[in-house]
Amino acid sequence: MIGLKILDRGTPLGRFWAEFCENRIALVSFWIVLIVSALAVLAPLYAPQDPYDIGKLVLTDARRPPGHVGAGGYVYWLGTDAQGRDLLSAILYGLRISVQIGIAAGAIAFVVGGTMGATAAFLGGRVEVLIMRFVDMQLSFPAILLALVISAVLGQGKWQIIAALVAAQYAYFARTAHGAASAERAKEYIEAALSTPLSARAVVFRHLLPNCMPPLIVVATVQVANSIALEATLSFLGLGLPVTEPSLGMLIANGFQYMLSGRYWISIYPGIALIVLILAINLVGDQIRDQLNPRLKR
Amino acid sequence: MTAQAMTAQAMPAPVLEVRGLRTHFFTRDGVVKAVDGVDLSVARGRVLGLVGESGSGKTVTGLSLIGLIDAPGRIVEGSVRLAGQELIGLAPDELRRVRGRRIAMIFQDPMMTLNPVLKVGTQLSMALRAHERIAAAEVRRRSVAALGRVGLPSPEQCLDAYPHQLSGGMRQRVAIAIAMLHRPDVIIADEPTTALDVSIQGQILHEMQSLAAETGVALVWITHDLAVVSSLAHEIAVMYAGRVVEHGAADEVLSAPRHPYTRGLLESVPGEAAPGGKLLQIPGSIPALVDLPPGCAFRARCPRADALCEAMPEIVGDGLGRAIRCHHPLEAA
Amino acid sequence: MLGFLIQRVLQAAVVMLAISALVFVGVFAIGNPIDVLISPDVTQQIRLDTIARYGFDQPLWKQYLTFLDRLVRGDFGRSFVFNMPVLDLILSRLPATLELTLAAVLGATLFGVPLGMYAGYRPDSIVSKAIMGLSILGFSVPTFWIGLIFILVFAVHLGWLPAGGRGPTAGILGVEWSFLSLEGLSHLLLPALTLSLFRLALMIRLARAGMREAILSDYVKFARAQGLSEGKVIGGHVLKNISIPIVTVFGLEFGATLAFAVVTETIFSWPGLGKLIIDSIQSLDRPVMVAYLMLVAFLFIMINFLVDIAYAALDPRLRTGRA
Repeated sequence: MIGLKILDRGTPLGRFWAEFCENRIALVSFWIVLIVSALAVLAPLYAPQDPYDIGKLVLTDARRPPGHVGAGGYVYWLGTDAQGRDLLSAILYGLRISVQIGIAAGAIAFVVGGTMGATAAFLGGRVEVLIMRFVDMQLSFPAILLALVISAVLGQGKWQIIAALVAAQYAYFARTAHGAASAERAKEYIEAALSTPLSARAVVFRHLLPNCMPPLIVVATVQVANSIALEATLSFLGLGLPVTEPSLGMLIANGFQYMLSGRYWISIYPGIALIVLILAINLVGDQIRDQLNPRLKR
Repeated sequence: MTAQAMTAQAMPAPVLEVRGLRTHFFTRDGVVKAVDGVDLSVARGRVLGLVGESGSGKTVTGLSLIGLIDAPGRIVEGSVRLAGQELIGLAPDELRRVRGRRIAMIFQDPMMTLNPVLKVGTQLSMALRAHERIAAAEVRRRSVAALGRVGLPSPEQCLDAYPHQLSGGMRQRVAIAIAMLHRPDVIIADEPTTALDVSIQGQILHEMQSLAAETGVALVWITHDLAVVSSLAHEIAVMYAGRVVEHGAADEVLSAPRHPYTRGLLESVPGEAAPGGKLLQIPGSIPALVDLPPGCAFRARCPRADALCEAMPEIVGDGLGRAIRCHHPLEAA
Repeated sequence: MLGFLIQRVLQAAVVMLAISALVFVGVFAIGNPIDVLISPDVTQQIRLDTIARYGFDQPLWKQYLTFLDRLVRGDFGRSFVFNMPVLDLILSRLPATLELTLAAVLGATLFGVPLGMYAGYRPDSIVSKAIMGLSILGFSVPTFWIGLIFILVFAVHLGWLPAGGRGPTAGILGVEWSFLSLEGLSHLLLPALTLSLFRLALMIRLARAGMREAILSDYVKFARAQGLSEGKVIGGHVLKNISIPIVTVFGLEFGATLAFAVVTETIFSWPGLGKLIIDSIQSLDRPVMVAYLMLVAFLFIMINFLVDIAYAALDPRLRTGRA
């Protein structure tokens, strides 16, 4: 199967990869994620039409079914939406936004939340209690509401959405990091390391953090998928990105009203693209989680 | 009649007889022959010590006897006769009826083997009801009696307690009580004292000994600790890499071992060395059970090995209960 | 135990206070609340009067204190849009959302747990793999899309079920519920189903993970060694063990589902709190937003509290105060 020999089996990463490849579904999902992400990010280079450019839209071609040949001999492979946008291009650009936002929100939440949790665990005492209470409080609050309110208050725009998503999600990273760091800190090898001439900072970075990575990586994959879904939901509800930068959620929302009259493609195709992306990320995350779970090793 | 013949006659018929047991695990990395040709027997009221280090196959043997081998493992060959009845090949339902009633097992860590969210009384009641239909009052009476028999003070209160509220020793006594509920013929104990404090170990050992003597239950005591075995067992079987390499009467095996591995084990016990003297060790380590090379499994670590040892030695008995699996056994004392 | 309870109640009160401050500041301090109430071309005088009437000219902390003061008396203010007391507004919409949420979470649990347990018990069977596949789908497909598909299939193509709105209601205990009539149920079915899918997936995975761990545990081995039938081992021993995390999740899920109903209610035009909040956000009806957030926060804290108690009740290890 593709990808089997990429990494050397001798290293831990190589062994991890080898085991990962045994699950064909996860492997296929992994490639899907990579390819879709690459296609999406590079969309401006090859997409047939720039959906942001309102000037290029031909209104008479609006709401055409897939395969329709429009004015100027241009073939709309997936049909057009209510504004005459080529759906294929719109989907590609939409995927691009989804991937960008998903990864940005995930990465920032990772860093912010991870640092918070690990710091709380390392410092201990009142600081730890304070930080973790705050985190717990936030965790019990549903992400979507938080994202809703924050994005409503901040207004539309890419960075506003990312901020909302980060605020909604950093708590998961914080909690996981705290849990992992606490457990690791109590282990004997840290005590042993601290008793050597190594500085506390070196102990944290070279011993503590690497061992906290596995659960954090699992959370990261889940959260990236979640971010993408959340952003789509927010756009669907009319918050989030402005109309000029259509994301997948908004395309679906726009097409909602046409579904009842049979013009299903406006909503369905963006939906399928979205689902494929999220599903693939979740499948990869699942496999990683199973592999890193020590309690399932016989 | 010779002394030998008389001894042979005096030995009671075994209640548990194992012949040629082979349990293999069919894993992704190959076939692991955890148990590869084991013969054992125990008589009523007697204690058999099954000794070996981790990886010797002793736990798998115990699990095979009670039929708890899960995939990817399977008993591929052999016979296990409990009071004459053959257990291997029994239908799962039949086997379930035998389990707990005529052959029972207790494990190493009672904190893990007792369900932490159920009361002790509930667990006893479930074990009782698994094999008999009894009324609630009778269940309680028998549970209290069972707990009292294993030396638990205030058994009534124990019934309403949760496992974490009892001490380690008490928990193990509860496990023993559960095992004894239906007066089984054989109890298999897999390292039951390893997780306990040394002082409690002695108590539990003593308890089990008197139980065996009073009720006639046969004990198969699986352990890696020679000290435990020396005070408790009547017979000892030493296992290495899935096979029995030596067995015989406990005092004989311990005072005059004839297999180099047994000798090595005895000599490496720290108490044996003179203070300040070098701690003896068997060189090398236990082989992985996948892809074992042919021949005697101990060959790589044995100071007496030679070309002859490339062929698997058969287990050779002397007719009086002593047997060795070695081409070059140490001299009889 | 009592000390534990009191401590938790105090904590909850503090948290509520903190949230009220945050919410208030977040909602009222940003943007200009007056713009919603009056059209931009009224005279300056009317503008000033309205500002004074609503107290917007006061410093922020004073506004907050007034807000708190009124809150304690149960007055959440009046909705800018509907011009009725917010409390009444919210209470009138609450039953619809509660109904929907309960139906969804109950359904998810009652179906999810057995399915998940089976998947954990026989992980290699085809049925299990199908169940797991279903669960990953349920997890990955955004709720709004499922709702759309359901409407497309069941309402538009097949015409079996209505595409939106709430069915006829009947009053019990002075509150209107719709599940009592068949027609009401038919309106409830699709939204509840849509809402429940995500939770169903979660329950399945949870039950499966719990089952897989349990099967490998020592107490299961010991129970089998006693000769207990598989039914007893699973139903008697395992079930009690995995019910602890499941009950916890049930409680938390209820809260999360209540919040998530926002999307479902929008799609199905279900007249509940979710739709209210979306409309309020879009129309910037601030008192409603504040009240809604406070209510949800309160609900969450209550639920967390109840779950903590349930946890202690179910897991005897926690009762000795080792929390």
